[in-house]
Amino acid sequence: MTWTDLQTALGREGYVASDDLAVALQLALSLGRPLLLEGAAGVGKTEIARCLSAVKDTRLIRLQCYEGLDAAQAIYEWNYQRQLLSIRAAAEDGVTGKAVEDRIFSREFLLERPLLAAITQDAPPVLLIDEIDRADEEFEAYLFEVLSDFQISIPELGTITATTRPIVILTSNGTRDLSDALRRRCLYTYVAYPDRATELAILKARCRDVEARLGEQIVGFVQKLREEDLEKTPGIAEMLDFAAALMGLGIADLTDDPAVLQSTLTTLLKTQSDQAQITREVAGRIAGKAA
Amino acid sequence: MSRVTKFAARDPGPAARVVGFIAHLRENGLQLGVAEADLAMAALVEIDAIKPSDSRRALRAVCTGCKEEAERFDDLFDSYWMDMGRVRQKVAPPLSNTIKDDVHSSSDAKGEDAQSAGSATAPDGQDGAADSDGTGKLIATENRNLNRRDLRDMVRPEEIAAAEEVARRIGAALRDKRSRRRVAARKGDRLHFRKTIRQSLATGGEPLRLLRKRRPERTRKIVALCDVSGSMSVYAQVFLAFLAGLMRADTAADAYLFHTRLVRITEALRDKDAMRAIGRLSLMADGFGGGSKIGPSLMRFADTYAKRFVDGRSVVLILSDGYDTEPPAMIAAALEKLRKRGCKVIWLNPLKGWADYAPVAEGMAAALPYLDAFKAANTLADLAALEHDLVSV
Repeated sequence: MTWTDLQTALGREGYVASDDLAVALQLALSLGRPLLLEGAAGVGKTEIARCLSAVKDTRLIRLQCYEGLDAAQAIYEWNYQRQLLSIRAAAEDGVTGKAVEDRIFSREFLLERPLLAAITQDAPPVLLIDEIDRADEEFEAYLFEVLSDFQISIPELGTITATTRPIVILTSNGTRDLSDALRRRCLYTYVAYPDRATELAILKARCRDVEARLGEQIVGFVQKLREEDLEKTPGIAEMLDFAAALMGLGIADLTDDPAVLQSTLTTLLKTQSDQAQITREVAGRIAGKAA
Repeated sequence: MSRVTKFAARDPGPAARVVGFIAHLRENGLQLGVAEADLAMAALVEIDAIKPSDSRRALRAVCTGCKEEAERFDDLFDSYWMDMGRVRQKVAPPLSNTIKDDVHSSSDAKGEDAQSAGSATAPDGQDGAADSDGTGKLIATENRNLNRRDLRDMVRPEEIAAAEEVARRIGAALRDKRSRRRVAARKGDRLHFRKTIRQSLATGGEPLRLLRKRRPERTRKIVALCDVSGSMSVYAQVFLAFLAGLMRADTAADAYLFHTRLVRITEALRDKDAMRAIGRLSLMADGFGGGSKIGPSLMRFADTYAKRFVDGRSVVLILSDGYDTEPPAMIAAALEKLRKRGCKVIWLNPLKGWADYAPVAEGMAAALPYLDAFKAANTLADLAALEHDLVSV
């Protein structure tokens, strides 16, 4: 599969990938390297993993990172409650010592978390490590161990070696600078806001029944809005919400009714000052320009 | 743009060119090692390497690691492969002494031909604007020869060591006590039920030992912005030493210089050799001692770097005298934006140490409502004394 094939396959899943992204994905697949995607919120970083798993017809395993994420949440955890019950039951049955120990520290009592689950699948899954920048730096170290050796050591059980190598995709919003070690291990692509034509293609892929003229207007409006000095620039997800809102209200032309346009802007503008800044007049002017 | 660089006839082959390219990137500041060269080769095998656009994309995915690098990559790629700039470096380092220009490239070392766009090996004779110590710099880059001063003349190693100590103490003073999650602790303020119950199993379900938890103290990230405009140059010595010390004492800290532009100096200051760090800084800080645009610089910071590096656990230290050539409203707007990220803002003004100082400079007056603390600092001793004031911020 060349990168253009991959691009078309993703297109069939409703994901319009830029050439840069398609090449990077193709390389990540063929070289078996993790791919680090950076970009503003709402440019479709997470979505790419979902579509890739659909293209490859495999499971998507997602690890959502957050501050304080630790090995117990990301790799594995013993099922304490079951272990306790099992000990009690064993005591009543008169089983003791090594037999109990062997029993409670077996795979049966192991709760698989995303990283362990990802390397023990039959077919290589897509492992999405979402918003890696939200996790602590200490967690990156855990991640390296898993991503470089593809094996996990569990003291009570031994080492679990990967049955398959997952396709790893990491995303980052840039809330924290990632370590150079992490960047070095990954292929890198910066996902920017799409240009007009790409965004139109995305809209068409996602909302098939949007009329061509309205689609042009929506994309034009959102593109112009991104040029305004906003606190939170609307992403692709917001654009799709906006389109859905307009279609739900049965609007055929953006410039028709400024009041309705203003009310649908809640899908695009997510802070109070942004909403105050884009008044009805400003929205009307932008819509006029975009039309 | 479409012109592809012609390599010398005795060029040792594509592999060496890729290695040369990696070396070219490395000399332009990208952190690449042997493993990346290896990976780049592997990547080129996977794609249609004859197509420049494909190999550009593949090499970009492999060789860059952050947005800034990805943005610079196109120029670097063009300069090496597409003949857009000349590189001082020879293509293949091991064979460099044997490489000669082939007949197609019209230039030689004398640089007689104005069309000398032919070769990556042509030394640049006519273009003298490059840095004196950068061996493989892309010459196409614009060089601003403003007012360059060697900061090494101003800062001594002992001062950095002293500043490191001060910075460490200030960092310790700025602990955040607002962690959301509690962790097990011997002297905690709350009971740790989970652990207590777990332990009670050993005593037949009776909780004999009560375990506790508390909110841990978390370090706060210090982001320092230092004004190095003309009016600040007498204090620059202290502040630069402080910044250098801060970066060495605190691995999470972040530092910037501004005068008419804003420059991130974190990476440069992290150099293991303190004096070399200051040396690298002088290269970046051209324009040092010139005019000051505090408002635009802070605004630029709030718009770009702050989005990545400033959060609710950050303390932004601004080291400036507040004399701005731009309208003061800009400072206020920038600080307001910055405050919205949830950080604390501390302004250290060297002039405040004077006997009858009042913040009459318009910029300073505009900034005051947005500051969590406004303190004097013009010597290291002053900075050290701040330790107590900052605990309460």
